[in-house]
Amino acid sequence: MGAEMTQASTDANGSGGNGSSTAVPEKLTDLVELLGLMPDRSDRIQMLIDIARRFQDVPPEVARRPFSEDHLVPGCESEAYLWAVRQPDDTLKLHFAVENPQGISAKAMAVILDETLSGQPLEQVARVPQDVVYDVFGRELSMGKSMGLMGMVAMVVTTAKKALAASAGL
Amino acid sequence: MTDIQERGYSQSDVLVSTDWVAQHLDDPSVRIVESNEDPLLYPSGHIPGAVEVDWTRDLNDPIRRDYLDRDGFQKLMRDKGIGQDTTVVFYGDKNNWWATYAFWIFQLFGHSRAKVMDGGRLKWEQEGRDMTDAVPTYGPTGYQAPERDDGVIRAYRDRVMKHVDSGGPLVDVRSPGEYSGELLHMPDYPNEGALRGGHIPGAANIPWGRAINPDDGTFKTADELRQIYEGEAGLSNGDDVIAYCRIGERSSHTWFVLTYLLGYDNVRNYDGSWTEWGNLVGAPIER
Repeated sequence: MGAEMTQASTDANGSGGNGSSTAVPEKLTDLVELLGLMPDRSDRIQMLIDIARRFQDVPPEVARRPFSEDHLVPGCESEAYLWAVRQPDDTLKLHFAVENPQGISAKAMAVILDETLSGQPLEQVARVPQDVVYDVFGRELSMGKSMGLMGMVAMVVTTAKKALAASAGL
Repeated sequence: MTDIQERGYSQSDVLVSTDWVAQHLDDPSVRIVESNEDPLLYPSGHIPGAVEVDWTRDLNDPIRRDYLDRDGFQKLMRDKGIGQDTTVVFYGDKNNWWATYAFWIFQLFGHSRAKVMDGGRLKWEQEGRDMTDAVPTYGPTGYQAPERDDGVIRAYRDRVMKHVDSGGPLVDVRSPGEYSGELLHMPDYPNEGALRGGHIPGAANIPWGRAINPDDGTFKTADELRQIYEGEAGLSNGDDVIAYCRIGERSSHTWFVLTYLLGYDNVRNYDGSWTEWGNLVGAPIER
């Protein structure tokens, strides 16, 4: 499944090379490949649960409750919020809040997005396909759940695109 | 009298409290079933002794868009250690949204010994009750399932079309954004799985979650529910009602409320819902 995601991203880029500056961040493809190697669904789920347990709420120096609706991820019923803090090297540090205490998949997705996309080149972050959600969680997701998780990816990608445009003075 | 019995429901015994479940954890005549939207929840921890019924793997046909058939349901019940006389108690995430979906499908096969734990997983967790990640196994039963009966509580699109033509009451239980069609037009975000947005003509919009007290996931009282469904949506007991959402899961929650808590006799869940109607060539749509 990791190969599928990498192929999709390189096709979109037109370069076809995994080492391209605009390929999807390597940390993400590595994680997807690792999940794809899980021998069965229960192993994948256990790995995602372990990832979710690393979730850390947005620090107070970045945002405090009540959060602005501007940071709410559209379509995510777990009430996920995203903040992206610009770093000196022109990358983004991602922070999330997940207000639904049972939103364990949203927490797992937040950790994955932070750990694999924070600090990565904006061009690469902007290329992450929404359907990476299926590479991570598998196809057995409800439409609502997949929409919410894809919404988290989409908001990160949109934020990276805006940051790129700002850098270019657009 | 328990709190549930004081709320004025038509069939109050369809709900059980978290206390009741805690007292029946080792009752061999009871099988506790967790059904969630989030596939990570049950493996991360659940009520001791509870089995999982997963909506995609366990309740749906793997190929066609339909539910499992008689043989599939019979195998499911046998594998989960559920007998004909077993009382199944459903609970789950999202204020029992998926629990009532599983409950509804069980009723397609006539397993009437079924209850829902009021407050669902949220209330159990809030009360700090025991959870475990140990997955229990139960010996197979000899469950004999009847053929699935889609005629009483399930609506197919042709029935819905006639219902619209005759001005019958419909309840669209999706969010206001979905009802208006607005969500289909949000740029850069996943769509609703339909080519057109809006709602079935004549449908009232009562989002499913309004039946719930958000603080603890319990159902509102019968008076409060009547105010919503009768006072606002204009339904009345005796109506032939069709409820729908996007794929029939949220509307199974409203079906449960109208049927068991308010005592409506003729409520059907249109599980084709908006992913069918919004893609159907020539189907009338309101915005």
